Amino acid sequence: MSTGSPTPDSSERAATAAESPTPATERRSVASRLLSGPAGRSVGLIIALLILILVGAVTAGSDFTSLDNMLVILRLASVIGVVAIGVTFVITAGGIDLSVGSVLGLASVVASLGAIQTAASGFWPLMVFVSIAVGVVAGLTNGLIIAYGKVVAFMATLAMLVAARGLAELISQRQSQVVSNQGFLSFFRGELLGISWVVWIFALVSVAGWFLLNRTTFGRRTVAIGGNATAARLAGVNVRRHLTYLYMLSGATAGIAATMLLSRTTAGTSTHGQLYELDAIAAVVVGGTLLVGGRGTIGGTVLGVLLFATLTNVFTQNNLSTSVQLVAKGIIIVVAVLLQQRFANRDASAPTG
Amino acid sequence: MIEDDHSTSLLEIRGLTKAFGSARALKGVDLDVRAGEVHCVLGQNGAGKSTLIKTLSGAHQPDDGEIRWKGEAVTIAGPVAGLELGIATMYQELDVVDGLSVAENIFLGHELSRGGVLNRRSAAKRTRELMARLGHPGITPSTEVGTLSPASKQIVAMARALSHDIELMIMDEPSSVLDSEEVDNLFRVVAELTRQGIAVIYISHRLEEIERIGDRITVLKDGRSEASNLPVAQTPTRQLIALMTGTDIEHVFPPAVPLAADAPTVLQVEGLSLPGRFENVDFSVRAGEIVGLAGLVGSGRSELLETIFGHRRASAGAVRVKGRTLRAGAVDDAVAAGVGFTPEERKSQGLLLEEPIFKNATLSTFSRFAKGGLLDEAAERRATAEQIAALDLRPADPDRITRTLSGGNQQKIMLARWLIHGTTVLLLDEPTRGVDVGARMEIYRLIRELAAAGTALVIVSSEIEEVIGLADRVLVIADGRILADRPAASIDEHGVLDLVMKGSAA
Repeated sequence: MSTGSPTPDSSERAATAAESPTPATERRSVASRLLSGPAGRSVGLIIALLILILVGAVTAGSDFTSLDNMLVILRLASVIGVVAIGVTFVITAGGIDLSVGSVLGLASVVASLGAIQTAASGFWPLMVFVSIAVGVVAGLTNGLIIAYGKVVAFMATLAMLVAARGLAELISQRQSQVVSNQGFLSFFRGELLGISWVVWIFALVSVAGWFLLNRTTFGRRTVAIGGNATAARLAGVNVRRHLTYLYMLSGATAGIAATMLLSRTTAGTSTHGQLYELDAIAAVVVGGTLLVGGRGTIGGTVLGVLLFATLTNVFTQNNLSTSVQLVAKGIIIVVAVLLQQRFANRDASAPTG
Repeated sequence: MIEDDHSTSLLEIRGLTKAFGSARALKGVDLDVRAGEVHCVLGQNGAGKSTLIKTLSGAHQPDDGEIRWKGEAVTIAGPVAGLELGIATMYQELDVVDGLSVAENIFLGHELSRGGVLNRRSAAKRTRELMARLGHPGITPSTEVGTLSPASKQIVAMARALSHDIELMIMDEPSSVLDSEEVDNLFRVVAELTRQGIAVIYISHRLEEIERIGDRITVLKDGRSEASNLPVAQTPTRQLIALMTGTDIEHVFPPAVPLAADAPTVLQVEGLSLPGRFENVDFSVRAGEIVGLAGLVGSGRSELLETIFGHRRASAGAVRVKGRTLRAGAVDDAVAAGVGFTPEERKSQGLLLEEPIFKNATLSTFSRFAKGGLLDEAAERRATAEQIAALDLRPADPDRITRTLSGGNQQKIMLARWLIHGTTVLLLDEPTRGVDVGARMEIYRLIRELAAAGTALVIVSSEIEEVIGLADRVLVIADGRILADRPAASIDEHGVLDLVMKGSAA
């Protein structure tokens, strides 16, 4: 009646018991493992970016491949890029920040107020500080409402999106405020090693963001909250305080981006940053950060931003309408999310015993 | 008992194997199921139970071996194919939809309709018939499933299986979410099903349940059927444990260490109240003491633990650890004071399933390892590796993703977290739920060792035997009140149940 021989050797038993919960990685081919790992997702993005560059080179030739044009793409990417770094943190923690575009507009208006510019006449970085401060205060408001008021992040930041835009209109009386502070303008027009300071700021914020997310306790808390907020709380993490910090961080990066945009357009207006929140979220998600939280990648976000900036440039170089561009963007977003889900499902299908 | 000869098999499995890449989950499983019998499948986590179920329900395809259904070789291509044959599976994680009504859940996917219009009346009628058949006429067709208890949800899931014309129902650890009274009820339903000729494959690792309802047993170990189709009545429990673990178990609970006479009181709970859950609860725990909370599901025992820890905010009263009063509703304050807690739902409340073991083990201590806010993952891995060795956690790899581990090993990670933290008070809610026998004994041993080292422990368990076997002192709780506070040696399972019943009636 009994089948299957009993295993006499206990060490053999231990060995087989250890192997039975199969890791998802072991039963996948090298290629798919490469594509689904955190670095692998970036490989996919790099391939997509290279294809796009190839298309640009073939269709627009040296107009596209010139060093100048490459720098144009980087400058184009920088403002959204800085916004997207902050948004990456919020999304990694399982939140969302829809207000960054409006907060950027508000910060640009406040920083370019006549009074602020006059006060900053001897010390231009004051404009930058003011801009960041506006972002941080807006983020603090978001954070307090979400973490302590227990309002869903989507609604809280949607309210801030509307309110910050309105406040910017009230303060500026819907007028453009020309930036006349020469110190501010000449700094941002300046270059280092032939590359605009605007691009360097993006690089700096990205590196700092990567370090913060991957190497610090702040980053660990962010990932833990996104992965399982209850588990993080029950392990002693002050989830509410940390969430508040995250929205402040997202506001701060919007404030930094505001000064970059101020220098490029040389004017502060309440219309700055419209729809930037969607561009930033798209770049973050296409980059591989999970919208449900728990997994975030700064490198992916940078690649996502570069992908969209290059796409825009390729279309512009070929004189295609922005409408076509929007359709292409939409398709890229859907394809990226579909790929993400496929790999997520594959990960989840590992047997558990 | 079913006669061994004469009866033909409904389902015959021979030499079933299934591998995932290099890991072989099933290495040869033989099993026969007869119409109208309860066939228990027993095995530790990782023995291949889940894979076997998924193969029978059509979720996985076997690599080799034969499945014969009523004497004919079949392939079960998918869940729908399984249902068409007459095999329904009730998974541990009940797949009922909370937002829908009972009737809508039962006919989900095969809605009764006429020309595309839902026929609510006949759905309601058939639901009432099914509920009557299951002995639960109290569950009405229009009730929203989200408002039902886990036990009632289980009945709904069973009714859904029965709404298809099934002959075999596979139940994956159905009793794991139930308390003892609800288990009795479940067994009545199982008996009713078998009386109607439906066979049941019953997966569990609670041996006493198998003795109560099983006709025959198949024991899985390391993906093999270690012994197939043993008659329950002629198989002693010790033999089953030996088959399952490969060792002969003399004592399930390790011996208690006597409490030092001068052990100081470290946890004081004074007048703690949570409206609607418990009222004015007082008790204290001394260093090295294990206090067990016994009571039915809904008695307020889990909520009491969560309130002590600050996961819920008490409306009145205080919790003191070594004399220091904890801030109400502040988990971080409790953790800072040296209190640890392992929740009942460790997957949804305790673990970051997508993260490696070490990040879960150091979730409450990673800032301590860090220098100036910079993580020291090497130190975290070292500390985790130490615990992995001490707790015999498998696989012994700090970087293994937590989701891939068995329930027992996941619980060990939770314990490792608080061992690394070094707690003076440890609160354990259902520490052995979903944990197989082998790991269970290791967890018992660990709890005793912690107590011997001076940790004060409070344990909640649905298994009264576990509470009495582990604790130095037992608090019996019913309807949010502590009815008795007695040394564990002076009370038995019967006594606890007696108190619980009286308390609930009062």
